[in-house]
Amino acid sequence: MSAKNGFIPIEAPSVNKHTSKLPAILKAHEKEILTDWLKEQLRALTLRGDLLNEADLRTESREFLRLAQEVTQKSSAQDFNDPIWTEIKAMLAALSRSRAGAGFTPAETATFVFSLKQPLFTRLRAELKGDPDALADELWGATVLIDLLGLYTVEVYQDSREKLISRQQRELLELSTPVVELWDDILALPLVGTLDSNRTQIVMESLLQKIVETGSSIAIIDITGVPTVDTLVAQHLLKTVAATRLMGADCIISGIRPQIAQTIVHLGVNLGDVTTKATLADAFRFALQRTGANLEDGKSNRAKGSSIPERG
Amino acid sequence: MDRIPILKMGRYLLVTIQVDMHDQLATSLQDDLTEKIAKERARGVLIDISALDIVDSFIGRMIADTSAMARVLDAETVVVGMQPAVAITLVELGLPLEGVFTALNVEKGMTLLHRKLAQRA
Repeated sequence: MSAKNGFIPIEAPSVNKHTSKLPAILKAHEKEILTDWLKEQLRALTLRGDLLNEADLRTESREFLRLAQEVTQKSSAQDFNDPIWTEIKAMLAALSRSRAGAGFTPAETATFVFSLKQPLFTRLRAELKGDPDALADELWGATVLIDLLGLYTVEVYQDSREKLISRQQRELLELSTPVVELWDDILALPLVGTLDSNRTQIVMESLLQKIVETGSSIAIIDITGVPTVDTLVAQHLLKTVAATRLMGADCIISGIRPQIAQTIVHLGVNLGDVTTKATLADAFRFALQRTGANLEDGKSNRAKGSSIPERG
Repeated sequence: MDRIPILKMGRYLLVTIQVDMHDQLATSLQDDLTEKIAKERARGVLIDISALDIVDSFIGRMIADTSAMARVLDAETVVVGMQPAVAITLVELGLPLEGVFTALNVEKGMTLLHRKLAQRA
């Protein structure tokens, strides 16, 4: 996780063991702070009563207070990466992750930590009434601490979302490149979605692999589902065609819509001697003719082929 | 120094690359092959690279060059059995081997050679 290596540029709270009253106050008034804090959280506009019940919130809050107290007591460490922070970080990470999964927004998640400010500050003010300097110091220390922990929850939240997104992207990639065997010797690759270099690579690999497995001599790439074809997409397509040809198979590009044909010409893309067809049905018919001529039993194949309903 | 054997089958020459190609091996193959085509008056050359799983730009150029040389000597060349990884590498290297005939396996390669020669006859 990125937080481990230097996410916090600012120094961790310099709550000095000798002068800071924070741990003592946390310890002495744990019950009151917890009650106030819970009240605060329940009143907050960002509370999601639909996703969270009060008992859980109470447990989490108590746990957090206990850990915060521990950390402030062992406050010799200045570094947020120090092992004494491990436990509270783990607790916040778990909380953040579970809330991210439950559908909380980052703000709602961070409010858990930030809402501790008010009850804590009230308590500090009451304790340090006669000493404004000390009060200012303590407030600053507490603010830094809470900000740090609050931001950490956001960090973890975002991290878990990013992981989710990248996993979905990977799944999408795998889903969207099926190579199907249309007939003996004929493969089809219906492309859906935009082609970028990453996808082209995967498309190319799975197509070539399938060609080796099946020994097919014709591959049809159907781009009906490709929303736009720009120079980059065209280049990727040409690369795939070239690689297929190197393997010893022919490639047909089908499913070129009229607008796309116009775009290709306007862009000055040269598709060279690549066979192109308007629909998958045309391409399939062409491929059947081509392989039918090669095969001994071509006639029967062709007869069967013509009775196939068009699925383009 | 090891050499790649070139087998004669009727009017065709058969080259099977079974070992990892290094530059010198490639050059000597080119020498041997051109010589053999001239000597045997071969009409077709079939190069099987199915065991080749690593290529660089030199080997890629060598394949293209050999095919061009054979054509000058009036023989058609078919490269067969290219691995997917090799095909992708060559395309990414910008060497799509224009003008080289390819086939999926030796059998299809032979059929292609027969057809090419029949067309010429």
